Amino acid sequence: MKNFEFLQPLSAADAVAAWTPDAAYLGGGTNLVDLMKTGAMGPDRVIDITRLPDLDRIETTEDGGLRIGALVRNSDLARDPDLLRAAPMVAEALLAGASGQLRNAATVGGNLMQHTRCPYFMDADAACNRRVPGSGCDARGGAWENSAILGQSAACIATNPSDFCVPLAALGALVDVEGPSGGRTVALEAFHKLPGDTPEAETALEPGELVVALRLPAEAASFAGHSRYLKVRERTSYAFALVSAAAALRMDGGRITEGRLALGSVAARPWRIAEADALLAGAMPDDALFARVAERLLEGAEPSNDTGWKIDLARRTVIRALQMAAAGTPDRLPPLPASPFGPSEVAVHA
Amino acid sequence: MPEDFTRHERFGSNSGQPMTRRDGIAKVTGTATFAADNTRQGLVHAVYVPATIARGHVTALDTEAATHHPGVLGVMTPANRPDLPGDLDAKPTRFSMRIEVLQDDKVRYAGQPIALVMAETLEAATEGARLVRATYEAETPRTRLDDAETFEVETPDFGMPGETVHGDPEAGHAAAAFSIDATYTTAPQYHNAMESHAVVAEWEGDRLVLDTPSQALAMSCEAYAHLFGIPAENVTLRSPYLGGGFGSKAIPTGPLVLAVLAARDLGRPVKLALTRKQMFGPVGHRGQTRQRIRLGADAEGHLTVIDHEALAATSSFETFLESAANASQGLYAANALRSRHKGVRLDIGTPGPMRAPGEASGSAVLECAMDELAEIVDLDPLEFRLRNYAETEPGTGRPYSSKALRDCYDQGAAAFGWADRPRESGTMRDAEGHLVGWGMGTALFAAPMFAAEARATLHADGTATFETSAADMGQGAWTALAQIAADSLGLPMDRVEFRSGHSALPSGGVAGGSAHTATAGGALHAAGGDVLRQLGELAAQQPDSPLFGAGNAQFEARKGRLHIAGEIDRSDALSDILSRAGRVELVGSGNAARGQEVTEQYAMNSHGAVFAEVRIDPDLCQMRVTRLVGAFAAGRIINPRLAESQLLGGMIWGLSFALHEEARHDARTGRIVNADLAEYHVPVNADVQGLEVITVHEDDQHVNALGIKGVGEIAITGTVGAIGNAIRHATGKRIRHFPIRLQDLL
Ligand SMILES: Cc1cc2nc3c(=O)[nH]c(=O)nc-3n(C[C@H](O)[C@H](O)[C@H](O)COP(=O)(O)OP(=O)(O)OC[C@H]3O[C@@H](n4cnc5c(N)ncnc54)[C@H](O)[C@@H]3O)c2cc1C
Ligand code: SF4
Repeated sequence: MKNFEFLQPLSAADAVAAWTPDAAYLGGGTNLVDLMKTGAMGPDRVIDITRLPDLDRIETTEDGGLRIGALVRNSDLARDPDLLRAAPMVAEALLAGASGQLRNAATVGGNLMQHTRCPYFMDADAACNRRVPGSGCDARGGAWENSAILGQSAACIATNPSDFCVPLAALGALVDVEGPSGGRTVALEAFHKLPGDTPEAETALEPGELVVALRLPAEAASFAGHSRYLKVRERTSYAFALVSAAAALRMDGGRITEGRLALGSVAARPWRIAEADALLAGAMPDDALFARVAERLLEGAEPSNDTGWKIDLARRTVIRALQMAAAGTPDRLPPLPASPFGPSEVAVHA
Repeated sequence: MPEDFTRHERFGSNSGQPMTRRDGIAKVTGTATFAADNTRQGLVHAVYVPATIARGHVTALDTEAATHHPGVLGVMTPANRPDLPGDLDAKPTRFSMRIEVLQDDKVRYAGQPIALVMAETLEAATEGARLVRATYEAETPRTRLDDAETFEVETPDFGMPGETVHGDPEAGHAAAAFSIDATYTTAPQYHNAMESHAVVAEWEGDRLVLDTPSQALAMSCEAYAHLFGIPAENVTLRSPYLGGGFGSKAIPTGPLVLAVLAARDLGRPVKLALTRKQMFGPVGHRGQTRQRIRLGADAEGHLTVIDHEALAATSSFETFLESAANASQGLYAANALRSRHKGVRLDIGTPGPMRAPGEASGSAVLECAMDELAEIVDLDPLEFRLRNYAETEPGTGRPYSSKALRDCYDQGAAAFGWADRPRESGTMRDAEGHLVGWGMGTALFAAPMFAAEARATLHADGTATFETSAADMGQGAWTALAQIAADSLGLPMDRVEFRSGHSALPSGGVAGGSAHTATAGGALHAAGGDVLRQLGELAAQQPDSPLFGAGNAQFEARKGRLHIAGEIDRSDALSDILSRAGRVELVGSGNAARGQEVTEQYAMNSHGAVFAEVRIDPDLCQMRVTRLVGAFAAGRIINPRLAESQLLGGMIWGLSFALHEEARHDARTGRIVNADLAEYHVPVNADVQGLEVITVHEDDQHVNALGIKGVGEIAITGTVGAIGNAIRHATGKRIRHFPIRLQDLL
């Protein structure tokens, strides 16, 4: 591995001050260190932020929302009673991601910032516009079958692989950042960028900016009774999504008063369309409605590489996630969170 | 055939017990030393540079930056590589294959070593390797079966299957009232043992000491000796534990040989361990196949022909072909059988034996095809297989040494509840609305033997030491072989020391072919027998011994005493015989191999039946295998716990084959894009449920003296097809490639 300088600042201000264009912040390291090993990333300076004070807390804010420090570990957050109460589908998404060991290490900030799993991005010997601007995109026409179907560009067909971010986008989460020119807040929906001509600009962060917290507004809790995250994947656990969906409904007497939807693993950011959500408001939940919503959400979807099947799968996933949300959030987290498989044991003859 | 091998005897209280692994505590507490755990004074670390193209030449290697990187001791390239005395084209051992050891500037596959960096630390060597800049002249790589011409094997040999024909296939086709003609493909798969290939090599003059995982210690020593031009006895190889081998750790591989060469050149010990990514290339894999299978059956559903043709991928510089079509020999009673193989040379690392080589890929296709035909004949899949049950080996007519397959079908079907299976596809649902499907497959695996030797030493205190250079790959050889050893002298386990995993010991043969327990176990058993024979001779001449005058009697031992066979009252303590004779120890030796005559006379296989249940989300098409029941007859089971865990592991491997494993090449560069365990999928715990193994009783008087067959590989066969068939039953869709993926069902 390339030699690098290793810093362990004790304040956010020092961390930001230590940043240079060739530096990288280190959270749990589950993504960064892997990329350093493959040679896809080679920072000269690694700034370990895990000693920054107070960023490992989950607090209830004055307006009743949640403020989650950037260093809270994914496993701790997934089992936090306040989160489970306010946004159970976020816990479901967290627990559907990676493995127990990885979740123990992975941080909230790192999860938000994790890079695409495009194999050509991770392969230092491949051409990749996202990694080396202007070098080309080997994923196009390559052997990657899980590329984008929405929002891709000529320059890049990568997806954002995070499960966590999908329900967060649906629930209107906000990201607090600190940077060389002070602090600011970015809506999670606007946090990850579509590639366009500049796929290297993965997020809305300015150079040197540090994620310090994630905020979940109080109104997120109003969806808690009818919200589910559903993740379709190649094995029952420990696999990135082929397609995932977060569906959150506010229901009143059997009618949907408001609905929020986000799709994961289909684009470089969690995919949301306000018009699709709008179709849900005031409607009675039924499959025909859900199909219309799915159509709207996937409008303009196009395969990149051989991913035509993902469009079909995404439609089915949206419909199922909406059905599950309409049926109500279960009292307890299911044994296989976000999985299409429940606990049923016995086969019956139809 | 050695004399001791003709009778079943002295089978005592240890065999048959589900003893836990003797090395279990050492392994879970981390005190078991694997090869790469070893270190040495003055150790040098070596990391090789993998080629990033799959076909062409290295036109320039810039080693400047690497050489100047702090800690780097040197960079070995084809230009400066020290001499390797052995002829690289020679085949010093049965399993030898050509390896890539910087002999020229040619690139034959992505990941081939093109330089070796030696450094004081692993970090420096790793960075040094990254800093080596290669310039290539690349040609279009061939990585798909259609990318190159096919060829036929002229002289069939190990890894080079040819054509086998019994009866008249054309007549069989003509006589068929029902037939199918289907083509299936299987993906390239990589062994991916948890422990990567590794070596710590040190030279002491012209003696070489290696810590490296090996499935075949004596053979490895011979191969290293050949390469380095020294006598085999000058090579010491220690391999007490392997973190899995699966067929990939029997012979030296290029990267490891380079490390040994570096050690000789530097005059310092060198360590090299492959990264996970490097495991996808120079250390073997299961080659992809395309198999056409044609089956015919008469009006009653009796097979008239099994005609199986396999095209298998191999490398451009060596021949190893998945002998997939051979899976159709020896199992079902068809009048005509034809297995044909063709190869295609691609720009990939040479494939090699990978757990159930040939059988796994071939059985997958045969078992699916059997169901395809059963559907057309309109018979239950099990009934169809029973109708074609072979009482003697099809084609040859040889009797089976034993075959309790009918019991496997019966017991497996009963445990699974197969009788309730509706014939129609797509008719079962579970309470959550998932599609449910049931499928089955027959499992078959040959019961071969290699050759092994062992030594038994009885000590004055009545304890014994047994020695053979067997390999514990995690399967439990340390335990099962010790059980056999202890029984051969009628001693409890705690009176027996078992030494293994070191090349200085008598050769334990090859841990492969599911033959290790039978072979190394046979040698241990014979060594114990030799001790008893000598003891008997001594006792017969000792006036104070109750066995005095026993002369030419047959002896057996129980609980530390020597008996005349069948005479329980006349016995003497082993230690008393020794002390009367004034001996501190008595050494016996034994060996095991199967005789030619019995090999020709009998067909010898393990058999089994696997039943699978899958559940599939009807809309999302995510799949889950929810039950796997396998019933296996594999002769005498020495340790039920270990045997079951082998069979469970085999069934899980079958599940992995059916639904997960696939290395994906970028067709433009030839590189594998999912060369890591995040993206090269194998099942995780949540994918594995409802597993049940039944071991069916089977006595075999012919297979070897102990009646042992093998359990290491058989459970993959049968399982893959069973899952493919269950998916068909659940969905009505017949998918003709493996792995079967979610998008195939959308
Ligand atoms: C085998 C495997 C399987 C996985 N499966 C899944 C899955 O199924 N679903 C899923 O969602 N995820 C999955 N992951 C990804 C995992 O969630 C991420 O690796 C993890 O969340 C990253 O968190 P971290 O703290 O380790 O980040 P790090 O590796 O420390 O950092 C990741 C990136 O974020 C930057 N960074 C870290 N913290 C901050 C901060 N506070 N401010 C600004 N920048 C920061 C780093 O510089 C780096 O670029 C998997 C990972 C692996 C290795
Ligand atoms: S898809 Fe994007 S990330 Fe992948 S290789 Fe192309 S540019 Fe790079």
